[in-house]
Amino acid sequence: MTKKVDARGFSCPQPVIMTRRAIEEGQFPIEVLVETVTSRENVRRASEKLGCQVEVEEMGDEFKLTITK
Amino acid sequence: MSEKFTRFFASRQGIVLAGAVIGVLAPLLQKAGNPKNMGICVACFERDIAGALGLHRAAVVQYIRPEIIAFVLGATIAALLFREFKPRAGSAPIVRFILGMFAMIGALAFLGCPWRALLRLAGGDLNAILGLAGFVAGVTIGVQFLKAGYNLGRSNKTYTTIGWIMPIIMIGLLLLRIFAPKFSEGGAIFFSEQGPGSLHAPLLISLGAGLVIGFLAQRTRFCTMGSIRDVVLMGDTHLISGVGALLVVAFLTNLILGQVHFGFFGQPVAHSSHLWNFLGMVLAGLAFALAGGCPGRQLFLSGEGDGDASVFVLGMITGAAFAHNFALAGTPDSVANGTVGGISPYGMAAVILGLVVCLIIGLTMRGK
Repeated sequence: MTKKVDARGFSCPQPVIMTRRAIEEGQFPIEVLVETVTSRENVRRASEKLGCQVEVEEMGDEFKLTITK
Repeated sequence: MSEKFTRFFASRQGIVLAGAVIGVLAPLLQKAGNPKNMGICVACFERDIAGALGLHRAAVVQYIRPEIIAFVLGATIAALLFREFKPRAGSAPIVRFILGMFAMIGALAFLGCPWRALLRLAGGDLNAILGLAGFVAGVTIGVQFLKAGYNLGRSNKTYTTIGWIMPIIMIGLLLLRIFAPKFSEGGAIFFSEQGPGSLHAPLLISLGAGLVIGFLAQRTRFCTMGSIRDVVLMGDTHLISGVGALLVVAFLTNLILGQVHFGFFGQPVAHSSHLWNFLGMVLAGLAFALAGGCPGRQLFLSGEGDGDASVFVLGMITGAAFAHNFALAGTPDSVANGTVGGISPYGMAAVILGLVVCLIIGLTMRGK
């Protein structure tokens, strides 16, 4: 079961806070949707810091990050 | 190729480079004519713009600062080149306006935004320690709200027109700076003939430095508020390494240029009323944290199409007008009379009112 986090429209640090919360719950993989490159890079950096792998998929002008551990 | 650049700018080297470039350019802008320890000050410069337009009539702080214009337009250029120009708006704009107003009132009680606090310290003004301590305290309070679920809600993708409003306002300001029309006798546009407003680098130097900083800051997301927030919230030292680079490089550049003078009393465009230096920046730090960006970052976001950040900027300019019309802003120490400056009782009341308003916003705006 994939956990979904829809952080579209939120500016930093909300997407990171939402992602960290999901990672702390410990259910993987997690799919995070963000709209800006800033959020993409922030979520990527924060997730990798917590020891996760991140795959990014560009979907139109949005990004889907798949986080696994 | 573009992706490679994006990864570089998002790296620690990227943010350190941005901080270092600002750390060199700001003291050089001072050398080129900007006021002392004010090579760059987003709050002061927006206040000067408010004055030039006649929104306040403090005759010594009126000038259309090209750096502000160039910060926005540099960010716009970077965002367009890297396809990050994304018009968006609709995340609690009225709250952002109010936060911008009070952030400015707090910053002007101290006489500087976080950028200038760093530059003041880099020039030997030890009052900046009180200001920076207040700033860190304010951001830390903001982080507690963030942890408890505070947020301003989602923004929405919107019309391209909305994203262009702030860059176009800046082009309009640039035209007013270049042609300096007098709309009526004794009326705007005002340019100070004495005081800090009369001190400025030549137009093209200000514009050039501002464009470089706007470009780099858009790419690296340089943010003084975020630097503290990320450390307190999650021990992330990415942004603060850029801010640290700014401070160190600005200090070294000032040393080379002979612009370092240590002390508390009589520092340039500064007062040594410690409590209000501290509390002013508590208010500014808290308001920036609640609004998601320092005043520089809000300009760069405005440049990349963020209508909400633009409202914050307009709030700051309005706050500057109130700060001077209502005598809320700090008065510098007077070396001639040997008197310590500070803020008026009205200024004190405004800072406390601002803190109360920010606490109410932080406590009541919790997402589900």
